[in-house]
Amino acid sequence: MVPESVSAAASLPDPFVPQIYRVGRLRRELHDTVTLELAPSAGRRPAFRPGQFNMLYVFGVGEIAVSLSGDSTDETHFVHTVRDVGAVSKAITELGTGATIGLRGPFGVGWPVEAAEGSDVVLVAGGLGLAPLRPAIYHILANRVRYGRVVILFGSRNPHDMLYRHELEEWRQHLDISIEVTVDHAEADWHGNVGVVPALIPRATFDRHNTIALVCGPEVMMRYSASALAEAGVPPERIYLSMERNMKCAIGLCGHCQFGPTFICKDGPVMQFARIAKIFAIREV
Amino acid sequence: MQHRPDGGTKAVISREALQQLIEALSAENCRVLGPTVRDGAIVYDEIAQVGNLPAGWTDRQEAGRYHLERREDDALFGFAVGPQSWKQFLHPPVETLWTARQGDDGISIATDRSETPIFAFIGVRACELHAIAIQDRVFLDGPYRDVTYGMRRQDAFIVAVNCGNAAATCFCASMGTGPKVDAGFDLALTELIDATRHEFVVEVGSEAGGDLLDRLPHRPAANADLLAAEAVIARTQSAMGRRLETDGLKELLQANLNHPRWDEVAARCLACGNCTSVCPTCFCTTVEDHSDLMGSSAERIRKWDSCFTLDFSYLHGGSVRTTASSRYRQWMTHKLASWIDQFGTSGCVGCGRCITWCPVGIDITAEAAAIRATPQSRKGEPHGGT
Ligand SMILES: Cc1cc2nc3c(=O)[nH]c(=O)nc-3n(C[C@H](O)[C@H](O)[C@H](O)COP(=O)(O)OP(=O)(O)OC[C@H]3O[C@@H](n4cnc5c(N)ncnc54)[C@H](O)[C@@H]3O)c2cc1C
Ligand code: SF4
Ligand code: SF4
Ligand code: FES
Repeated sequence: MVPESVSAAASLPDPFVPQIYRVGRLRRELHDTVTLELAPSAGRRPAFRPGQFNMLYVFGVGEIAVSLSGDSTDETHFVHTVRDVGAVSKAITELGTGATIGLRGPFGVGWPVEAAEGSDVVLVAGGLGLAPLRPAIYHILANRVRYGRVVILFGSRNPHDMLYRHELEEWRQHLDISIEVTVDHAEADWHGNVGVVPALIPRATFDRHNTIALVCGPEVMMRYSASALAEAGVPPERIYLSMERNMKCAIGLCGHCQFGPTFICKDGPVMQFARIAKIFAIREV
Repeated sequence: MQHRPDGGTKAVISREALQQLIEALSAENCRVLGPTVRDGAIVYDEIAQVGNLPAGWTDRQEAGRYHLERREDDALFGFAVGPQSWKQFLHPPVETLWTARQGDDGISIATDRSETPIFAFIGVRACELHAIAIQDRVFLDGPYRDVTYGMRRQDAFIVAVNCGNAAATCFCASMGTGPKVDAGFDLALTELIDATRHEFVVEVGSEAGGDLLDRLPHRPAANADLLAAEAVIARTQSAMGRRLETDGLKELLQANLNHPRWDEVAARCLACGNCTSVCPTCFCTTVEDHSDLMGSSAERIRKWDSCFTLDFSYLHGGSVRTTASSRYRQWMTHKLASWIDQFGTSGCVGCGRCITWCPVGIDITAEAAAIRATPQSRKGEPHGGT
């Protein structure tokens, strides 16, 4: 005997099957990091919300999760920023304009950009963690009057490996947005901050009673940033982290991305700190 | 297949009628699968005739141990469950998701569904029906549905059987999943065997089941037949070898993620993953990508995976769960606790397979009991749940 949901499923499109996209403009950001524009080979680009991600498939190599890093109002293509760390990410950074790629998505829960209206917004990013935050920054800048103070705190390994450096400089010069950058290591010609990004939090100016914080970076960095934000008086319900776990399916079916009771692929990647604080404090969950 | 409004019709059939049932299903192009003896275990395989069923065999199970023994009668279903479950058919260990081709104008991707079989399962236990219902929730009730699982599942014809024997490792009674089958079948059998007869009480669970029964020689079940069937189930219920206290178990485990018992069990656990592959509800998979030598075609294959491997939680730079203790904790808390957050049901149906097939005899009921006996955190303490 078969429940109704069973018969309904067979007629749906298969969520494991990628759509074909073509690589458009490419931009080498850093020695190991490339930003690509991907346009659908047929039909329209689906809508996405800042903080969501796609699964990108390179022929015969594999498929990985990559956040959207472009402007959600540009409806012609998806933009992704990929760092070469292994087989699939390397293959993506080596694609040329005109190449085809498989794409599934967008997936997941994004940043609470609407809920943040009326509040100060503090965006805390470590390294490549700035990529998933960039669509949120575009959204906030496009709707600047709806937000209070906007603060970007960004940590980079060194001044030369700084992601989106020119864009950061432009935002800082021309727009009503406060940007603090820190680097782990620097030579004498760097006059900015040296140290870890959570250390910027106590010095930043925002209304702790009315702030939403968006954090993305390596897990340790997010751990310290969330603590520093909580210490600065931001309630845990108003701190959001973009979590990372191994992902094979992105659709809640493979089990890999589990984080305690949640699936990062469908309940996240963006998670409210209050919801995960207890398990976040436990090792190897 | 729709539930029959007059469902619950009960009849009695003979062993010969069971043979006709198998033939009728084969004639409808079903792949008829059922229990059979192979290599010293009862496994699920193609069944062409009643003679393929494990007549006169029973299983003896204990933590880390399994063997077959002769029964004193010729019962066809006089055993509990073996190392395999129906999961291997509905959610196969290896499956090609799709094939990609590299052409002049780039890649194209296609699926091939032409080989989707129509299954008929003979001898599905109550715990296994619950396991199938749990996998239905996992694969079909989420925001995205597993299309090929749905295709295999929707046509499957299920002949359930009420258990006449409980193994020492069984604890379905504690999980509320058996030994009596309650839902999710087309036909359900209860085997009645003694010196004077060998018959089956049949309960109809669906229209398709009723139609099939109509084509078999049968007589209406008398009150005495129904009482005899009830007695079989009651006897099995009272012979249940193990127990798992489920009251407050989710909260207890989630409040004890740093309990020293996790390290203690990890000292015994080989992280072999046997428990996950024999478990009828474990659903995790990984994927592999292969391409041909010419580089013109590639396929994406999905395979069962286990949370006991290091790769399972691999992120660039290292695995999240490096210790065996964190991996056992992930498995057990998923089964007994976070599954409830995720799918509104426990992930354990009390079949006992993970206990029997663990090479070192680790027992999920004993591990849960050990934590209950020495909680480090107050039961019900709030934690980061949903
Ligand atoms: C929600 C999300 C968003 C992400 N966004 C970006 C992004 O915008 N840009 C970017 O460069 N990277 C991003 N990543 C990380 C990216 O998915 C990994 O770098 C990538 O999977 C590594 O695969 P690989 O084959 O190149 O490397 P390997 O190290 O060889 O990885 C082998 C396999 O392990 C798994 N894996 C390894 N690392 C990760 C990881 N960090 N997350 C999930 N699975 C992993 C993948 O299945 C991968 O195929 C994101 C990850 C997640 C979960
Ligand atoms: S956890 Fe063990 S007893 Fe429970 S369903 Fe899985 S194999 Fe059976
Ligand atoms: S509990 Fe037993 S079966 Fe499971 S991984 Fe550990 S040793 Fe293997
Ligand atoms: S990535 Fe497969 S369940 Fe989340």
